Amino acid sequence: MSILVNKNTRVIVQGITGKEGGFHTKQMLAYGTKIVGGVTPGKGGTEFEGVPVYDSVRDAVEKAKPDATVIFVPPPFAADAIIEAAHNRVPLIVAITEGIPVHDMVRARAVVQETGVTLIGPNCPGLITPGETKLGITPGNIFSSGPVGFVSRSGTLVYQVADELTRAGLGQTTAVGIGGDPVNGSSFEKILRLFHADPATKVTVLIGEIGGTQEEEAAEFIARVKMPVVAFIAGRTAPPGKKMGHAGAIVSGNKGTAKAKVEAFQKAGVFVADTTEELVAKVAEILQKQGLAPALA
Amino acid sequence: MVIHEYQAKEIFRKAGMTLPNGEVASTHEEAAEIARRIGKKVAVKAQVLTGGRGKAGGIKLADHPDDARARASEIIGMKIKGLTVEKVLVEEAIDIDREFYLGIVLDRSNNSHLLMFSPVGGVDIEEVAEKTPDQIYKYQIHPLLGLQSWQVRDLAHRIEGIGDETRKAIVKLVSELWEVYKKYDCTLAEVNPLAVLKDGRVVAADAKFNVDDNALYRQPDLVALQDFAEEDPLEAEARAKGLAYVHLEGDVGIIGNGAGLVMTTLDMVSREGGRPANFLDVGGGASATVVRKSLEMVLADKNVKGVLFNIFGGITRGDEVAKGVLEATDSMDIKVPIVIRLSGTRAEEGRALLTGSRLEPAETMTEGAQKIVALVKGA
Repeated sequence: MSILVNKNTRVIVQGITGKEGGFHTKQMLAYGTKIVGGVTPGKGGTEFEGVPVYDSVRDAVEKAKPDATVIFVPPPFAADAIIEAAHNRVPLIVAITEGIPVHDMVRARAVVQETGVTLIGPNCPGLITPGETKLGITPGNIFSSGPVGFVSRSGTLVYQVADELTRAGLGQTTAVGIGGDPVNGSSFEKILRLFHADPATKVTVLIGEIGGTQEEEAAEFIARVKMPVVAFIAGRTAPPGKKMGHAGAIVSGNKGTAKAKVEAFQKAGVFVADTTEELVAKVAEILQKQGLAPALA
Repeated sequence: MVIHEYQAKEIFRKAGMTLPNGEVASTHEEAAEIARRIGKKVAVKAQVLTGGRGKAGGIKLADHPDDARARASEIIGMKIKGLTVEKVLVEEAIDIDREFYLGIVLDRSNNSHLLMFSPVGGVDIEEVAEKTPDQIYKYQIHPLLGLQSWQVRDLAHRIEGIGDETRKAIVKLVSELWEVYKKYDCTLAEVNPLAVLKDGRVVAADAKFNVDDNALYRQPDLVALQDFAEEDPLEAEARAKGLAYVHLEGDVGIIGNGAGLVMTTLDMVSREGGRPANFLDVGGGASATVVRKSLEMVLADKNVKGVLFNIFGGITRGDEVAKGVLEATDSMDIKVPIVIRLSGTRAEEGRALLTGSRLEPAETMTEGAQKIVALVKGA
C-alpha cells in the first residue's frame, strides 16, 4: 500500500523536452514509472524516449488518460502550466519548478482548490513509492519499501533520512517532498491525513523547517487523531530575517521560529529528534513495539 | 528585496497616493535647497535599510533651510547598525491629528493576501496583534478576485470619529496601496502611520515595501533601485557568482547541497559547540567548478578557521565534489582544516579520489560536525 501513487499510476510530464524534464523523464522511466505522455507546446506529434509528446494538456488527457502530471516548466510559465493541468482535471499535479513568483502561486493554488485536484509542490523533489514508481527528481536507489510514511519540506533531507532509514532496514510506504515555498499545494496536514488513512503506514516521519506555520497546524492534527509521528526541524540555529536557501525558510519577526514548532510538536506528544540518527532510532523503536522492525545494529 | 523609504514613497506617489512633500538629498547643500523649496519646518530622515532610525538619531527636525543643512551634515555619513547613511529624505514636518496602521501582507497560513488596518497607528503592529488583537481589522483578500470595493468601504466605516471627506480619502488610499502591492509583486506594503493631518489631508507618512525575489525578473524598475552598497560585501560577491550564501558570525565554514541539509549541518555544528560562519548551498548537480568557487567564497571570510563539506549525492555526484575540492586545494594555499562527508551517488569514487590528500573524511553528518569543531577549537 501507499499514498497518492503506485505502479499503475499513469504519468505525463509537462516540459518533457526541456533539459531538466528530459533528464528526469529518463530517470523515471528507468525506475519503472509509467510515463504515458509528455507536453511541450509546438512539439506535438513527436516522441521523446519512446513517449508520445502532445501540444497541450488537453490533448494528452484525451489520448493518454493520465492520473498524474509532473511539471518541469521554467518559473515564468510554471503557474500557467499548473492551472492548465488543473483545468483539465489531472487528479495529481506535481510541480518541481523552483522560483515561481508567489503572487502566481496564490492564484494557481486557488484554481487547484476550486477544481478539486491535488497539487504537490512547487519547489519540491516530488514523491516516490519505493519499488513501484517515482514522480520527480528523487534518487530511487536510496529508498526501500516498508511501513514508514515520510513527508518533508526539504528535498535533500528526504534523501539524507531515507538513506539512513533504508540502511537501518526501515522501508517506506511513500515519501513526499511538499516543497520549500511560502505558498504550496499540499500542507503537512494534508499528507498526514493520507498516511493516517493508509493501513500500510505504521509510523510517519515529518521533516519541517523554519518559516510559516504548517508544522504547528500538523501538530494540532496529530494531537486530534493520535497517529504515531516522529519529527525533525531544520534551521534551529538560523538567524531571524535571513532566507536560508528556500524562499519559505525565513523567520520573520517572531513568526516561524524552530522553537515554536518544536514546542507545538512536543505539546502534541510527538517526539522531536535532535539528530537524524536519533530520528531513525525512534522510528525503529516505535516499529519494534508493533513487532515490525529489525533490531538496530 | 527591500527598498529605501524614499524609493517606496516615489512608487506610492506614482500610484496616486498622497504623501508629505519631500525629496531625497545626497549632500547637506541639496538638503538645504529642498527645505527652501518646501518652505516650512522639515524632518531630515536617514535612508538606511534597517529599523530603529529614530532611536539612533537618524531622524531630526529642522525649522529653516540652514538648520536642515546642519542636521543633514550630521546625519549623512553616520552609522546606524553598521550601515553608513548615504542619503537623507527631507520632508515637510507634519502636524498629525489622527494616525492609523495600514498594511497588505502575504498571509502564508491562508495562502493568500491579507489587508490589515488598525485605529492604533504609528506603533509596532506585531505588538498590537499580541496585546490588543481586537484593535486590528483583518480582511482576507480573495486569491482570484483580489481586494473588493465592499471590503474597503466596510473597513472605512468601522473607523470612528472621522468625517466623510477623510473616510473617502482613506478608501482611495487603501485601494491605491492594493494596486501597488499587485503591480510590484509585494509580499508586504505598509503605511505606518497613515496620518490624518490637522490641515485635513490624509497622507502615507511612512512607507515600507518588500518584494518577492522570485518575481524580480519581471520588475526591472525595482531591480534598478536595489541598493547593493547596503548588502554584506561577502553576500554581494556570492550573489554575483550565483551562489546561495548567507554570511553568519562564527568561524566554521559550511558547504553542502540542498537548503534543508545545509540548515541541518549548521544546527549540528552548533550542537557540537561550534559557531557556523556561513550557509552555502551549492544546489543540485553542482560541478567541480562550482564546488571550487564555493570553497573560495567561504575562505574569503577571514574569520573562517575550518570548513565542513556535507554532501548527499542525489543529482550531485560525489566524485565531482571531490574533484572540485582537490582543484581548489591544489590551486590555493589553504591553511585551515577541511572535513568532508560524502554520501549517496558516486560517494565511494569521490572518497577514493580524496585518499592521500590532507582532507579529513567523515562517515556521517554528526561525525563531520564533531571533527570540524574539534579541529577549529584545537587550532
